[in-house]
Amino acid sequence: MLYCAPNKKYSDFIIVRDPDKCIDCRVCARQCSYEAHVYDESTGKVFSDDTRCVGCHRCEAFCPSGALLIRQNPSEFRDNAVWKPWFIKNIYKQAETGGVLLTGMGNSYPYPVYWDKMLLDASQVTNPSIDPLREPMELKTYLGSKPDALRIDAGSGEVRLAGGFTPQIAINYPILFSAMSYGSINLNVHKGLARAAEEMGILYNTGEGGLHASLYRYGRNTIVQCASGRFGVHSEYLNAGVAVEIKIGQGAKPGIGGHLPGEKIGPEISRTRMIPIGADALSPAPHHDIYSIEDLRQLIYAIKEATDYKKLVFVKIAAVHNSAAIASGMVRAGADVITLDGFRGGTGAAPTMIRDNVGIPIEMALASVDERLRQEGIRNQASLLVAGGIRCSADVVKAIALGADAVYIGTAALISVGCTVCQRCYTGKCPWGIATNDPFLAKRINPEIAHEKLANLIRAWGHEIQEMLGGMGINAIESLRGNREKLRGIGLNESEMNILGIKHAGA
Amino acid sequence: MRRATLKPPEGNGMKRVYQKEDVCIGCRLCEIGCIVEHSPAKDVVKAFRNVSPRPEPRNIVEERGPLSFSVNCRHCDEPACLHACISGAIAKDPLTGIVGQDPEKCVGCWSCIMACPFGVIRKNGAQSKAVKCDLCAGRTIPACVEACPNRALVFEER
Amino acid sequence: MRHVIIGNGVASVGAIEAIRSADRESPVTVISSEPHRVYGRPLISSLLGGRIREEDIYYRPEGFYAANNVTLLTGKTATGINTQARKVRLESGEAVPFDKLLIATGGVPFVPPVEGLDGPDVYFFTTLDDARKLDILAAKLRKIVVLGGGLIGLKAAESLHDRGIHVTVVELADRILSAAFDAEAGGIIARRLAESGISLVLGNTVTKIVRIKKRARRVVLSDGGSVPCEAVVTAIGVVPNKALAEKAGIGVNRGILTDDFMQTNVPGIFAAGDVAEAKDMLWGERRVTPIWPNAYIQGRHAGLSMAGAARPYPGGIPMNSIEFYGIPTVSMGISTPPAEGYEVLARLEPEKNCYRKLVLRNGKLVGAVLVGRIDRSGILSGLIRNGVDVELLKQEMLRDDFGFSDMQPEIRQALLAAY
Ligand SMILES: Cc1cc2nc3c(=O)[nH]c(=O)nc-3n(C[C@H](O)[C@H](O)[C@H](O)COP(=O)(O)OP(=O)(O)OC[C@H]3O[C@@H](n4cnc5c(N)ncnc54)[C@H](O)[C@@H]3O)c2cc1C
Ligand code: SF4
Ligand code: SF4
Repeated sequence: MLYCAPNKKYSDFIIVRDPDKCIDCRVCARQCSYEAHVYDESTGKVFSDDTRCVGCHRCEAFCPSGALLIRQNPSEFRDNAVWKPWFIKNIYKQAETGGVLLTGMGNSYPYPVYWDKMLLDASQVTNPSIDPLREPMELKTYLGSKPDALRIDAGSGEVRLAGGFTPQIAINYPILFSAMSYGSINLNVHKGLARAAEEMGILYNTGEGGLHASLYRYGRNTIVQCASGRFGVHSEYLNAGVAVEIKIGQGAKPGIGGHLPGEKIGPEISRTRMIPIGADALSPAPHHDIYSIEDLRQLIYAIKEATDYKKLVFVKIAAVHNSAAIASGMVRAGADVITLDGFRGGTGAAPTMIRDNVGIPIEMALASVDERLRQEGIRNQASLLVAGGIRCSADVVKAIALGADAVYIGTAALISVGCTVCQRCYTGKCPWGIATNDPFLAKRINPEIAHEKLANLIRAWGHEIQEMLGGMGINAIESLRGNREKLRGIGLNESEMNILGIKHAGA
Repeated sequence: MRRATLKPPEGNGMKRVYQKEDVCIGCRLCEIGCIVEHSPAKDVVKAFRNVSPRPEPRNIVEERGPLSFSVNCRHCDEPACLHACISGAIAKDPLTGIVGQDPEKCVGCWSCIMACPFGVIRKNGAQSKAVKCDLCAGRTIPACVEACPNRALVFEER
Repeated sequence: MRHVIIGNGVASVGAIEAIRSADRESPVTVISSEPHRVYGRPLISSLLGGRIREEDIYYRPEGFYAANNVTLLTGKTATGINTQARKVRLESGEAVPFDKLLIATGGVPFVPPVEGLDGPDVYFFTTLDDARKLDILAAKLRKIVVLGGGLIGLKAAESLHDRGIHVTVVELADRILSAAFDAEAGGIIARRLAESGISLVLGNTVTKIVRIKKRARRVVLSDGGSVPCEAVVTAIGVVPNKALAEKAGIGVNRGILTDDFMQTNVPGIFAAGDVAEAKDMLWGERRVTPIWPNAYIQGRHAGLSMAGAARPYPGGIPMNSIEFYGIPTVSMGISTPPAEGYEVLARLEPEKNCYRKLVLRNGKLVGAVLVGRIDRSGILSGLIRNGVDVELLKQEMLRDDFGFSDMQPEIRQALLAAY
C-alpha cells in the first residue's frame, strides 16, 4: 500500500531489527497477534510493519537472538504545549473512523499520583523499630462489619465474647486480586488467580462474568461479583464464594456500563455467563433496580437472604466527586465492605475520554470516605477496600495508613503474569495471552506459571510491608490502619493536605 | 556433568521429554534451542547464519489451528528406529537409555523414518543423513525443555 | 546354558543383544559361513555404487563380539543339527553342543530355470562377497543384464549404472517393484530409472544365456528378442534357507515354522529372520517376510526366549524404505489389496514424482505406499501397528504433513504417551 492513512502512518512505535542478529526464525512473526512481523516465503526473511505495532514487547521478549528493539517513534510533531501528539493522533484516528476512541487499562494521563507525594515514617530512638525476620509481624486482616462495642461474658468464670460477630473473612495479606471478568481475561488467568489466592490465603474476584464450573473449588478464596448485567448470577453462584460484591461502578469508566462483543462469547463463556453464544454481553450503566440507597439496601439484603447471611456483601463504586456521602449511604444500607475504585483503575475496554477525564484519584476518595465514616461513627460497620493504581507495596502501606483495610490489585497482578500495559485489551488480541479468549493466544498463560508469579508477587509485597511496618515500630497491620500520623506530604498544597488529612514533611 | 539425572532404563526408570499441548504456544523456541545446542558454536546467531542450509531441529512442532505441541523422541524401550536401521548407525545406550545415532554411519536409507511411530526423525537434506534427538547428552536438562518459555515441555520419568 | 546361533546376519545380532540384556554369563557361539563379521546386507548396493567405504558396511563395531562375550566362528558352515544329542555339526567336522539353538540362516537367492544360468558370468547380489566380485567386474565391463525388477534387482542396477555400466533390467511382470508397489508407484520409479539411463524390459524374461568362448555375450528373451551383455546378475528374490532345519526334522513350510516365542516345533530350537515363517500382524497367520527390521525383532524375541526372558512376538509387518535416484519411497503393510473388503485412498502427483496411497481394512490402516515425500511416514506404521481406528482421518492421512495434530485428542494423547 503506497498511501497510508495519517493515523496509521504516525505510528507510536518503531520496530528496530538488527540485521546482524536476526536469524529469520519467525518467532516474532508467530508471537505478534497484530501481524507487525511477517515472514516472506519468497525471500525466507522476516519483515516488520511499524504501523501495526502496539508496543507490547512480546516479540522483543521472545526473539532468541535479541535482534529486536521496540522504540517510541522518534519522529515527533513540532513542539507544542497545547497540541501534543496524543491529541493530534487521536483526531486523525477519529477523522478516519468517526468512532469513539477506545482504550484499555487505567487512566494514563499525567494527573498527580498522590502515593508519590506521601512519605512514610520510621522509628528512631524513642520507639524501637522491629525486625520482622526475628519478631512476629501480623499482616492478617479481617474483612467484615465489626460491632460498635465488644460485649464480654465472664459469667462462667471464663472470659469470652458475647453475641459473636457477623461473618468475617480472614486474609493473610491485605491485598486481594480485583474483579476481572471471565471474558475480559481468560480462564487460564482466572485459574492462576484462584490458585494463587488459595495458596496465599487471600481472595480473588470473579468480576461480572460469572464463575467457570472448574473454579468452584476455590470458593473459600473467591468473591463473586454481581453487576448490572447480572451475568452468570444464580443462587449456586452467589453461594460459591465467601462474599458477593455488588458492582455499581468501575474507576476506569464511572457512569457507563460494559460491553463484551459477541465474537468473544464462545461456548464456555456463554455457559458461564448464561447468555447465547455470539450475543453481545451488555452491562447497563446503572442497575435498573437501584435508583436510591434504599434500593441498594434491598439488593444487599436480598443477597444476604439468598446466602443465608453467611456471605459478606461488598459494594463497589467508582471514586467520584461525592464518594464520601455515597459511601456513608452504602454502609447504612448494610454493605459489609465498601470498595472504592479510583480513576486509575484498569479496564478491559473503556472510551478513552471517560477513562482519562472522569472520576477522582483513589487517594483523595479514600481519605475523604474514611474521614466521613469516622465522623459519622460508622467506620467500624464496614471494611474499606481500595483499588485503582496500586503499583507497589509502599502504595499498599500508604493506602492502609490513609484508612483502607486492604487493597485490590488488578493491573499489578496482570503485569506479574506478563502484561506490558500496552492498553490494547479491548482488541481481544492480547499477545501475552491475558485479555483474550482466542484459544491460540490464551494458551500463552500457563495457569501453573501464572499461579507461581502471582503468589510470588503477594509474597514479595508481604515481606516489604513487614519491613516498612517494622521500621515504623508497628507489629500488626491493624495498628497502621488510618494512622495518618505515619504519612507526610511532599510538594502538596494546603487543600490537598487537608483532604488527605496529613501534615507536610517537616511538620 | 554427564546425564547424572538419567537412570538405567530398567523398569522404564528414564527421564523423557513429554509435551503439554494445552500450554504449547507454537513459538518453536524448542526447535531453535535444539538447533543451537547441536551447532558447533552453540551460539544462536552463528548457528543460523554460519550454517547453510539451515540445520534441522531434532524435535517436531506440530501446529493445527490453535493446537500446537512438540513431538520428541521417546528413546523407546523397543526402538523401532534402531530395529529398522540397516547400517547400525542407531544404538541404545544400555546405561542411559538414550537412543543415539551416528551420522558417520548413517547411509540415508530412511528406514528409521519409516519405522519411528512418533515421526520424530528428520532428513538432514543437505547431507542425506537422518537426524535424531540425542537427549542432549552432556546436559542435565535437554535444550528444548530449557528453551520452552511456557513449560510445555517437561523432562520427567513416567 | 549354552547358546548357539547359526547364521551371522541381523537376526543373529538381535538375538545376541537380547540374550545379553538378560544373561551376561552363558556362553554364546555364532556359526557363520560368511568369513566376515556382521555387515549391513542391504548396504552391499551402496558399497558397489561407491557411496560408502568398505569399513562402513559393518553393522556392529569391531569389538562387538568380545564386548558381548560371544564366540564367533567365521567361515564355518553348519551341515547338520542333531536335535536329540543337541549338537550342531560343522562342515569342518567339529560338533558344537548347545542347550538353546537359533537358526538364523537367512535366505538364499532364488535360481530361476534359465538355460545357461549355471555357467560363468552369472552373479548373485546378496552377500558382501557378491558385491566385491561385481566391484571388480564393474571396472572392466560395459554391459550387464539384471534379472529381476524387484528392490534388490533395481538396487543392483542403480549401483552398476553409477559405475558407468549400461544396465538392462529384465522383469517378468508388466511393471517393476510389483511385490511392494502398485502400478502408479512403480511407474514413477520406472520413469526415473529410464531417465537416468537404465533400460527396463518389462513383461519379459530371460530364457537363455548365450555364450561365446565361454563368455556371456547376450541373453535371449521370452519374446524372442535379445540383449547384449557381458554378465548377468540374478536377483529374482530370496527363499528361506531352510534345508538344514528340514533335514534335522524341524517343522517347515515355506520357511521354518515358529510359534509366538520364535520357537520351532523342537523345544529349545528357535528360528528368526529371513528363514523363519513367523506371525504376521496383518494376516493373522504365519508368513515369511524377508525384511531387515523383522529379522532384528524376531531375532530379539528368539534371544529373549532363549535367555528365559520370553516376551511374545507381536508379529511383523512388511516395510521397505528405498531411494531411487533421489526419489525416496516407503511401502508398508498390505500395499496392494489382494481381495475385496479393502478401501484404497490415493493421491498421485506425477509431475512432482509424488504418490501417497493408503490401504484400509475395517476402518483401520493396513498398508501404505509413499513415493517422493516420506517424511514422518513412521506415524503411519505406528497406526498400523497399534490398530488405530482411522475412519475419521482418511483425508488427513492423505496429506503429506499428516501428523498427531490431525488425530482426535484421545487417540493423539494415547499414542504420544507411549514409549
Ligand atoms: C541387496 C539386498 C538389499 C536389501 N535391502 C533391504 C532393505 O533395504 N530393507 C530391508 O528391510 N531389507 C533389505 N534386504 C533384506 C535383508 O537384508 C534381510 O531381510 C536380512 O538381511 C535378513 O537377515 P537374517 O539375519 O535373517 O539373514 P541373513 O542376513 O541372510 O544372514 C544369514 C547368515 O547366515 C549364514 N548362514 C546360512 N546358512 C548357514 C549355515 N548352514 N551355517 C552357517 N552360516 C549360515 C549366511 O551366510 C548369512 O550370513 C536386502 C537384502 C539384500 C540382499
Ligand atoms: S526415534 Fe522414534 S523409534 Fe527411535 S527411539 Fe526415538 S521415538 Fe523411538
Ligand atoms: S518452545 Fe515450548 S511453547 Fe514453544 S513450541 Fe516449543 S514446546 Fe511449544
